[in-house]
Amino acid sequence: MKKNWWKILCIILLVYTVIAGFLVKVPDLPILGETSRNLFFHVAMWMAMMVLFICSVVYSIRYLRSMDLKDDVRAKNFAAVGIYFGILGYATGAVWMSYTWADPNNPSFEFSAIAREPKLIGAAVALLIYFAYFILRDSIQDMDKRARIAAVYNVFAFAMLFPTIWIVPRLLPSLHPGQEGNPALNFKDVNTTMRMVEYPAFIGWTLLGVWIAQVKIKLGLLSEKLNAQ
Amino acid sequence: MKKIYSSIIFLLLYFFPQVTFAQSDSLMRRDGRIYVVVTVVLIILLGLIGYLVRIEKKINKLTKHNDSL
Repeated sequence: MKKNWWKILCIILLVYTVIAGFLVKVPDLPILGETSRNLFFHVAMWMAMMVLFICSVVYSIRYLRSMDLKDDVRAKNFAAVGIYFGILGYATGAVWMSYTWADPNNPSFEFSAIAREPKLIGAAVALLIYFAYFILRDSIQDMDKRARIAAVYNVFAFAMLFPTIWIVPRLLPSLHPGQEGNPALNFKDVNTTMRMVEYPAFIGWTLLGVWIAQVKIKLGLLSEKLNAQ
Repeated sequence: MKKIYSSIIFLLLYFFPQVTFAQSDSLMRRDGRIYVVVTVVLIILLGLIGYLVRIEKKINKLTKHNDSL
């Protein structure tokens, strides 16, 4: 029980997020309206993804130093859950975008403008690079070789996250908010009441991602052990 | 023990709407009935977390069993 305090924290934060996320008063902004509540859900997915990818790259570097296959299992599963959260972020973003940017009465919000959106392309490229991580892993039969090549590739994939989702979208004109500074973490663009839900939401969803990753890691270590027997 | 817990949860879920249904000005009907959505999402969230806890317990048991071999 003592070691599981963060899981209880995760449940409490997520329950709080859902209750407060729907009930808190949000400023009635033009176009956005009530959809700004998505900050607690859509943006939190990307935050969770980022933390999971950081965990993944840390374990990959640890693997390269220790050559311990357990670290490879950890890196792999953190990346897998990170990708999952990334896909969830992408899907929720697609829905949100459809009802805010895409306006049938406004000719400047055509599909071609949305398809050119640098943030979308950047996020897609970043996720595709991580898909390639799994394709690369599965294409190598030898266990040690697979783990080593995958770990090196994972460092590259993590490095590519920065230009694709953090730098390039900000250099180009975009409809996506957060053009200047850190989106959602900037004190100027989120008001105080929303921030009271925002940070617990980010921590709660991130902890949920880590929790799922942990369960997957346990399963991975177990099956590794059973295969070795 | 497990069965008792699940039947208690089932009964709570079963009677919750029946109790709140009777009051026409209840919390569930206020503010455009947003609380209904909150309840639905909470049930889904807690259901998924409960599922995750159960899977983890099963894996822990298997790991322990495997270590003792």
